[in-house]
Amino acid sequence: MKNEMELWFTARGENESLARMAVASFLATGNPTIEEIADVKTAVSEAVTNGIVHGYHNGDDREQADEEKKIHMFCKMEGPDFTVIIEDKGCGIEDIPKAMEPMYTSRPDLERSGMGFSFMQTFMDELEVKSTPGKGTVIQMKKRIAGNLCTSEDAVWSQK
Amino acid sequence: MEKEIGMQMDAQQKGVLLIPMPEEVDQCSAVEIRNNADYKIMKEGYRDIIFDFSQTSFMDSSGIGIILGRYRLVHVIGGGIYIVNASPRIQKIIRAAGLDRIVTFIN
Repeated sequence: MKNEMELWFTARGENESLARMAVASFLATGNPTIEEIADVKTAVSEAVTNGIVHGYHNGDDREQADEEKKIHMFCKMEGPDFTVIIEDKGCGIEDIPKAMEPMYTSRPDLERSGMGFSFMQTFMDELEVKSTPGKGTVIQMKKRIAGNLCTSEDAVWSQK
Repeated sequence: MEKEIGMQMDAQQKGVLLIPMPEEVDQCSAVEIRNNADYKIMKEGYRDIIFDFSQTSFMDSSGIGIILGRYRLVHVIGGGIYIVNASPRIQKIIRAAGLDRIVTFIN
């Protein structure tokens, strides 16, 4: 079974919960465990917040949020394999290894903990970050949904 | 004398700030929590902070920033951070960031 979803939304803090709800609903089609949904929601929240706050500087108290700035989210479920891609067209990351260091943040003023990428790594199986300074950032994450290994169809089949 | 004891008790009660955390703790809700908490810590002189997670079903690393920031504020004056009513999920997030070394869980 293959399932896909694509979503564009304005890079506003209020849309962080929208992204989490959308990905949780999409994931539900793959029969995940509660824990797997929570892991994906956390990772997606981190990636989307990074796009809003760091890519576009829209979490900034000093700047007015630019309503033309958008975050793109793409989700794919292929068998038990879940992939999510979160993309922004913001300022990009100059030094990706530095940005991924636990506790490192470019915005201590916003009290960002510097744990965003660590959480994406902790709660997903794979994390890939591509970025071009001045062009934007693409974050791709994958997770095998174990809950999916026994579908209701399999359960019916095994009873026959 | 009676008045003095009353004042002392008042001060003791004032020493602990209870921060009720919202249902979803993310960067969007973090700003308000932080501003409210710091106003009280600075103006009313709290030393110990209790974060109450009884209403919270979701938290990302923004919550870690909130806890860490308040820890830095009260740690220098000998205060501590206490976490109450945190679900296993919220505890997992706090532990994943290594904050279990600086906070005390109370359930």
